[in-house]
Amino acid sequence: MTADMLSQEISLLLPEILLAGGAMVLLMLGVFMEGERATRLVYTLSILALIGAALLALFGTGGEGTAFGGAFVFDPLAKFSKVAIALVAALTLTLALPYLDKEKLLKIEYPILAILAATGMGMMVSANDLISMYMGIELQSLALYVLAAFNRDSLRASEAGLKYFVLGALSSGLLLYGASLVYGFTGATGFEEIAQAVAAGPTVGLTFGLVFVICGLAFKVSAAPFHMWTPDVYEGAPTPVTAFFATAPKFAAIVLLARILVEPFGGMIDQWRDVVWMIAALSMGVGAFGALTQTNIKRLLAYSSISNMGYALVAIASGSQTGLWALLVFMSLYMVGVVGAFGAVLSMRTKEGMVENISDLAGLAQRNPGLGWSITALMFSIGGLPFMVGFFGKFFVIYSAVQADLIILSVLAVLFSVVSAAYYLRVVKVMWFDSSDIEFVPSAMSIYWVTRMAGLATVLLLPVLGWLVYRAFSVGLATF
Amino acid sequence: MMEVGLGHYLAVAAILFTIGVFGIFVNRKNVIVILMSVELILLSVNVNLVAFSSFLGDLAGQVFALFVLTVAAAEAAVGLAILVVYFRNRGDISVEGVNLMKG
Repeated sequence: MTADMLSQEISLLLPEILLAGGAMVLLMLGVFMEGERATRLVYTLSILALIGAALLALFGTGGEGTAFGGAFVFDPLAKFSKVAIALVAALTLTLALPYLDKEKLLKIEYPILAILAATGMGMMVSANDLISMYMGIELQSLALYVLAAFNRDSLRASEAGLKYFVLGALSSGLLLYGASLVYGFTGATGFEEIAQAVAAGPTVGLTFGLVFVICGLAFKVSAAPFHMWTPDVYEGAPTPVTAFFATAPKFAAIVLLARILVEPFGGMIDQWRDVVWMIAALSMGVGAFGALTQTNIKRLLAYSSISNMGYALVAIASGSQTGLWALLVFMSLYMVGVVGAFGAVLSMRTKEGMVENISDLAGLAQRNPGLGWSITALMFSIGGLPFMVGFFGKFFVIYSAVQADLIILSVLAVLFSVVSAAYYLRVVKVMWFDSSDIEFVPSAMSIYWVTRMAGLATVLLLPVLGWLVYRAFSVGLATF
Repeated sequence: MMEVGLGHYLAVAAILFTIGVFGIFVNRKNVIVILMSVELILLSVNVNLVAFSSFLGDLAGQVFALFVLTVAAAEAAVGLAILVVYFRNRGDISVEGVNLMKG
């Protein structure tokens, strides 16, 4: 390998190199420059590093291609995902700063762990080999386990961390067992070689391994029946950590799942489609009915995320280019909604401290119309009510499923969407028509703006979406 | 004398894996046992990988096994750290005690 080729390959990894190197530098900076000012500096630099990684992924890499013997791939799917992941990680970090400040949790480890997790996610969406896939997942997970238990004096947070760790380690084990079987029955770890072996004809052992891999990743995206950790971890972890959990890791895991199923295992679609079909239908159902009885808004958002992952899996089940396209549009719009929703949860602070019950929102629309309108728009968008952007996300998902002749699954998707509208509307109803004397203290500037902007974006992104649709259907989906 | 073939190794790995999974779900005593079960699962994967690697005559599986070993060590370290934090707050590590949040 010549030096020229090596530098070409390394240029594909620039976003990850920036993040990994940045994490090391910032760790040293935080350790040697003590004091609160240093901590704030580390926060600012971390946010800048994440934005820099997004820019590098957009413009800085020398084109597309694979690196390191095909273990790492940089293609349009990876590019789009990396930009989305880095930006949303930066946004959740800006949300975290005021919260951590008030709760006396301002430590340098938080942004560094977030950056390391984002590095792992970048590796996940670029994985083109079973080994690099596993390393990416573990880098992400190990950082997230620690983040979940970040408030280490709180029993709830440490319990959330423990639960997340145990189930996360189990899911890694399932995934790995599946990966070992896939390796054994194809004789290769690279995705291209696996695709060739799959094309030669699927064997029972290979199917067995694939099912294990799907189960392991279903844990990571919190799809039913592997969802039981989600509500507890969402409730127990500090709110900005929950905001992070609900966005970037989900995106990375669902993109990885889509890549594995469509690229190396595209030839086995008859085998995996039924599995994904069941998981998608169950997730939508569990998410829709589980949320109806919740009183805690973080648990409500947990069930909402379970149900939305069901919709993402519907797009994957269609197994087509349209499905992938719908998946990316849906996930991006969903993340806009979720970041805003968690911004709203972070604004629920009274003089005594944070409150998390849905009933605490009563009368908010009268006292604080700006926040009230934002939450209304965000809830409508996440719930997929017309004509917010979230509606079009779900619309494309169902469109791709209908195109792939998954009629029953599409009907189920619409029905569960109606059921889940009930609890989104309940939040809106409590805000506008109930009354209480709970007064929220004014929220910090970053939380204020992220919530308002996300709320606004659920309406203002419509023309952008229209342009995307126009471009997708006029130029062809493959160019996206 | 019986020949030990690939099937035997796979059977051992499958048994270890099943014991590990059951250790996580059936265990009602102690979170440390769960950590041991996780190790058992990862080691069963290693048996699989090395057996396949040897029978396929392909080194990738052994490299994979080395990566898994390294990650297993890191995972155990993070797991024990979280467990220590939990023990400080709670005062015991029985599995039944991990029930603050439900629903």
